[in-house]
Amino acid sequence: MAAASGSSRSSSPDLDLFELLLRLGDDRLVLGHRLSEWCGHGPILEEDIALANIALDLVGQANLFLGLAGTVEGEGRDADALAYFREAVEFRTCRLVELPRGDFGMTMMRQFLFDTWSWHRLGRLRESSHAELAGLAERSRKETTYHLRHSSTWVVRLGDGTEESHARVQRALDDLWWFTGELFVTDEVDARLAERGIAPDPAVLREPWEETVREVLVRATLHAPEVPVVARPARRGDHTEHLGHLLAEMQILARSHPGASW
Amino acid sequence: MAWSPALTAERIRELLREVKDPEVPVLDIVEMGLVRDVVVEGEGVRVDITPTYSGCPAMEVIEAEVRAALAAHGISGATVRRVFAPAWTTEWMTDAAREKLRAYGIAPPPPGPAEPVAPLGFGPTVRAVSCPFCGSPATVLESTFGSTACKSLHRCEACHQPFEHFKPH
Repeated sequence: MAAASGSSRSSSPDLDLFELLLRLGDDRLVLGHRLSEWCGHGPILEEDIALANIALDLVGQANLFLGLAGTVEGEGRDADALAYFREAVEFRTCRLVELPRGDFGMTMMRQFLFDTWSWHRLGRLRESSHAELAGLAERSRKETTYHLRHSSTWVVRLGDGTEESHARVQRALDDLWWFTGELFVTDEVDARLAERGIAPDPAVLREPWEETVREVLVRATLHAPEVPVVARPARRGDHTEHLGHLLAEMQILARSHPGASW
Repeated sequence: MAWSPALTAERIRELLREVKDPEVPVLDIVEMGLVRDVVVEGEGVRVDITPTYSGCPAMEVIEAEVRAALAAHGISGATVRRVFAPAWTTEWMTDAAREKLRAYGIAPPPPGPAEPVAPLGFGPTVRAVSCPFCGSPATVLESTFGSTACKSLHRCEACHQPFEHFKPH
């Protein structure tokens, strides 16, 4: 297969690649924003700093993926234009990252489920036939390794901790489990990208994801709910009610003062 | 503007040593391995920089300082390009840079290729980090994230000094 590159065909942008880059960028932008809500509210100083650092990594990754998305689209939109001047229906986030941060147990469990998915996915994306995407995946994978180390440690500490921490993090797992289904849904865009060797078919990530998740849950004395995970794709702009509120807060400065810099 | 008659990539690299990492001011960007390429084309100069972390807030400062440092030597209008592949690794840090880090109180990353970091935060994979102050290997990890994303937070059980470690990456 030739090294496919959407950016080289300026006459007809590679819309599948654009879509993929939005999905990668939007998930990280929204989750990074959620984590940043902890800034100044962490349970201990070290954790406050850690969450801010992880948020910074995620927003940085979003900047890279959205920047490349803008180049691929070829309409002159940069990462900021994509982040601050799209409506909720145009976002391509999964629902998992949109949910409110909840308590610390909820934040850490969500982070762990996402980090595990992200770690396996970026690992595969390093082999992408699109060289620039492969480079961004390599860069982001290294950061994600440390994120996963952090979140997996906390899941074990909270799960195998006090009665209170165990109950809270188990409740978080029960609440979040349903939202993991859509991470592994293959739609027509995914199928075409997999065919071209640009990105892995999301379905192939389920097994390694489950393996890692189970290993940590066993150690944490937690139990995955015995309910089938319903996969209702949200990628087409069908979001939770929470996304719009998050975007309103995130986008207002850029929209009130277009072009402002500091 | 006084163009140096011998404006070579090598000379530019020398000038770039004046640019320090704003987060770790004892290190310059060349010994940190951030400078991937220097190209002198006609009257223009292009410097390729590889960012350490995606969200590193120092990158924009570094880019501005590269342009300023070159301009101070009469080289105006240099372009700075960010290059992401191959991804930056602590392997590119020079031995001298590692020693400077240690003297500054930051435990440096080990030399050579950065070993793959285990993705789960438990098990036998956690490497001992020697204290940069007393050299003792009896240290404990306090947090994977320190004052910046590239550093973790540790404590020495021998001399009781808390310290930071530049993580292998």
